[in-house]
Amino acid sequence: MVPLSWYLTLSAVLFALGIVGFLIKRNIITIFMSIELMLNAVNLSFVAFARYWSEHGLKLALSGHVFVFFVMVVAAAEAAVGLAIIISVFRTRETLNVDRVNLLKL
Amino acid sequence: MVHQILFIIFGVICVAGAINLLAQRHPINSALSLVVVMSSLALIYLLLGAEFVAAIQVIVYAGAIMVLFVFVIMLLNAGAEERTRGSRVALLMGVPGVIALASVVAWIMISERHELGDVSISATNFGNTQAVAHLLFKEYLLPFEVTSVLILIAIMGAVVLGKKEG
Repeated sequence: MVPLSWYLTLSAVLFALGIVGFLIKRNIITIFMSIELMLNAVNLSFVAFARYWSEHGLKLALSGHVFVFFVMVVAAAEAAVGLAIIISVFRTRETLNVDRVNLLKL
Repeated sequence: MVHQILFIIFGVICVAGAINLLAQRHPINSALSLVVVMSSLALIYLLLGAEFVAAIQVIVYAGAIMVLFVFVIMLLNAGAEERTRGSRVALLMGVPGVIALASVVAWIMISERHELGDVSISATNFGNTQAVAHLLFKEYLLPFEVTSVLILIAIMGAVVLGKKEG
């Protein structure tokens, strides 16, 4: 028996590490990976609550798993489009540093 | 007891991988740390009885998405991260703010643990593929179809953005 609070605490810690990575990293690909880390942290709390509510007899508790599925679909779409944008930015700027990508027009 | 020990092992691996993601300066090392985080999260999902979610976590996240990341890192020949100044506000206000926020949330969770209760590991057919599929293709059929349209738009967007101009 693991307390539900442990899962939620792990989720909060992973989410906070994702935000810190988003703030301190300068490489655009690593910033993108921090976003994926935050999505994973949210998925963990979805799955933990699904398990918890199914033990308390809620009928549609498995919806948490379906939501995790949707989050993964959106993350896959986001990764495909985001990495295409990164390639396109690299082609015009020749840099991956976000501090050097600060003008809309070249 | 075994359940708690397994949770602690995989949770520690998870947090260590996430910290290593922040500490490494080369993006390929950060990507491999993220694979470690996602794999141990898949094992934590198995502890929660979520078999289907654990399987697609490994196949889609640790497999497909991270391969895409590693592929782009190699394609762009990304070297070690250069340290530029960045925003001082983000460092001075953001990082302590985030740490404070995480501590408050964690403290609330720990102090309310008796109201929240426990999660057991009983072996039922809770999160297997059949149960998830019943819900996905009955109650959530329309959102499921909308996600397929989203994926189609994302494919077209990636092709348009990725192709050479002119």
